[in-house]
Amino acid sequence: MTTNDPQPTVRTIEPFDKYILDDAYDEMFERSGRARPHYEALYQRILDMTGEELEQRQQAADLSFLHQGITFTVYGRTEGTERIFPYDLLPRIITNSEWSTIESGLAQRITALNLFLQDIYHDQRILKDKRVPPELIFTSHHFRREMRGVRVPRDLYVSVCGTDLIRLPSGEFVVLEDNLRVPSGVSYMLANRQVTKHVFPRLFGHHGVRPVENYGRALLSTLQHLAPPHSPDPTIVVLTPGVFNSAYFEHAFLARQMGIELVEGRDLLVHQNVVYMRTTAGLRRVDVIYRRLDDDFIDPLVFRPDSMLGVPGLFNAYRAGNVALVNAIGTGVADDKAFYYYVPQIIRYYLGEEPIINNVETYILTDEKQRKHVLANLDQLVVKAVGESGGYGMLIGPHSTLDQRDEFRRRIIANPRNYIAQPTLALSRAPCFVNGDVEARHVDLRPYILYGDSVQIIPGGLTRVALQRGSLVVNSSQGGGSKDTWVLYE
Amino acid sequence: MLSRVADNLYWMSRYLERAEHTARLVDVHLNLSLDQSRKMPAALRWQRLLETLHLPVPETGIRDDYHGTQIVAFDAKHPNSIVNAVTAARENARQVREKISSEMWLQLNTLYLDVRRTTFDSIWNQQPHEFFQAIKTGAHLFQGITDSTMAHDEGWYFIQFGRSLERALAIANMLDDQLRVLELSEREQTPETDDYFEWLGLLKFFTAFEAYCKVYTADLRPRRVAEFLLFNPTFPHSLRFCVEMMTSALQSISEATNMSRNSRVHRQAGRLRSALSFDSIDDVITRGTHPYLQDIQRQCMQIHDAAYENFITYPVESALP
Repeated sequence: MTTNDPQPTVRTIEPFDKYILDDAYDEMFERSGRARPHYEALYQRILDMTGEELEQRQQAADLSFLHQGITFTVYGRTEGTERIFPYDLLPRIITNSEWSTIESGLAQRITALNLFLQDIYHDQRILKDKRVPPELIFTSHHFRREMRGVRVPRDLYVSVCGTDLIRLPSGEFVVLEDNLRVPSGVSYMLANRQVTKHVFPRLFGHHGVRPVENYGRALLSTLQHLAPPHSPDPTIVVLTPGVFNSAYFEHAFLARQMGIELVEGRDLLVHQNVVYMRTTAGLRRVDVIYRRLDDDFIDPLVFRPDSMLGVPGLFNAYRAGNVALVNAIGTGVADDKAFYYYVPQIIRYYLGEEPIINNVETYILTDEKQRKHVLANLDQLVVKAVGESGGYGMLIGPHSTLDQRDEFRRRIIANPRNYIAQPTLALSRAPCFVNGDVEARHVDLRPYILYGDSVQIIPGGLTRVALQRGSLVVNSSQGGGSKDTWVLYE
Repeated sequence: MLSRVADNLYWMSRYLERAEHTARLVDVHLNLSLDQSRKMPAALRWQRLLETLHLPVPETGIRDDYHGTQIVAFDAKHPNSIVNAVTAARENARQVREKISSEMWLQLNTLYLDVRRTTFDSIWNQQPHEFFQAIKTGAHLFQGITDSTMAHDEGWYFIQFGRSLERALAIANMLDDQLRVLELSEREQTPETDDYFEWLGLLKFFTAFEAYCKVYTADLRPRRVAEFLLFNPTFPHSLRFCVEMMTSALQSISEATNMSRNSRVHRQAGRLRSALSFDSIDDVITRGTHPYLQDIQRQCMQIHDAAYENFITYPVESALP
């Protein structure tokens, strides 16, 4: 397209001839059909290429992922459980000013959430001041009574966080959910970047893209900051559930990026409240554990007794202050989907500030009035189970059948605490290379936030893509893919 | 280094060596069967080959080359078939991906994907030789990549340890089998034509024919062949060479872990090493080749056990800092 062409006819040009603009915010095109200024160079580059050239690059990228074994595991299938996470060729571009807002908003949010967790496991001021209903906390599956009164290193509960943002038709970014337990996907952010630089070296070079490659070092210094005081040169490990976990690739990848050991529960043991790992040179003391294992599985003596993945006695060593766990135990109480509704109020309560990034409008179903409204409008709303993630346990009203809606109606009435509802949002759309054409697909954005010495947000993140036409579900377990995310200097 | 990681590196290496060894054996076997005498029926040869590879022989026997090759290369039920050995090597590597170089992983994963992608019939209908060649080259490439992209530290030595132990066991086992059929005599003789091909085959099983010729010329003498495969100090598929490699890998591991040299694993490895350095072929014949080679295999297993007790499965009380 040339700049003096006012018509949205761009979309009739190969390979954009199937590209349709609708009500959703389009990352690349303005309503007029003109490419947004920060997308102009990418747009021109695509026009310069034939469909075959694009296809070749896509294949080169796919092969690179497969051969590097950058895969994830799909549960519930016996055959072919290892799959590559579909990678979309075309990067998503975010301007510096958009990013500044995201950055300050996320920093504000993680600060408030940490203050909340410190409060809820100690004085519970916020409950006494009646800003959050106590039953919401005490009925949460992720509230850990065992953590009451336990001092955690530097009073930091959430040091590694991935927050899902979506973009409304107005172009405003809003928070869809917080992931405060063991957020995953950061390795795909790094791998996507590496592949994109291979596939589009010149385009990348000309854009002035802020680097993400220092994530490993930033994570390491965050973990070092949390080491117990007894160890000036702490031994830090990544604890993985093992090779059959869907995110195992990422665990290994991060351990390697940081140059630290990747351990499984069976590599660790606790002797007199001190954690050791079994090495060829004998036992070695462990000071900080970046654990990629849910609370439930971490110590069979305290939590789920049937867990084979954890380390017996680990919780006592933790409570004794002999080892740091990152994230702390019990952070899930603050990413419960029903609790999400209260996050803006928490920001006001602890920081005395207005939220910089808003929440999505949410209905709390324990409230009778809101519940009635939701039950009457199930066909237009999205209903989510509060404890589920990965796109499971969800009803998308406009795409649902009558039976599904009846099923959810029954479940909501039986256990309203277990569900929330939100309007069906038109996630923003970005150009994706699909079957030889460039088409618009819905995307979200998960930036990665670290909180050690200070809050640090890697400029970029994982842009997840709902690869099926019209689909709003971006989760990798549900047919989603991802693309590189460029945050520009300018 | 984590004990579990050492365990994975060790087995990754052993399984890949096993795949390579198996591919080489079958390749040579198929090739030789064109020339070898009919004194021994083909089905019996296959049966012996399968037994030395610790693969199950079907009750109904081996029907033909197709059947035998299929079992060795693609038997899904048995861990020692080529496909399963490559898969096991790759699975061990997958568990320690962060400990090996990306280049190593890339090579092993590519080999695995190639093997998994092929079907036996497609191999058989084209050139079985090419398939076996690809396995051998793939394994050699992996070793070369390992040597040039991974730090030669403890982990690398566990890889060497696994490879040399697996190879020593395989050589001892294969020699034992062959020397039970082709008996060694006290005095040196020149074999008949039929037997000549058997001895030639034995050398070729270990890619040793060319190396042997450089030392002794193409004049194949049974005692020399056995001596070469047992005691040659410089040929990588001689038993002595493998044990030297194993001993030095163990020594380096001990240095890396500050382990006392007097431990059981060193006594055992040292004993085997000195036997292979100082024994002669006459000693072997006096003791009987079968007991001698059985004893070597037993000693290898003891070294494996002792190394595990030292570095990997030690009791907690003995290892508190």
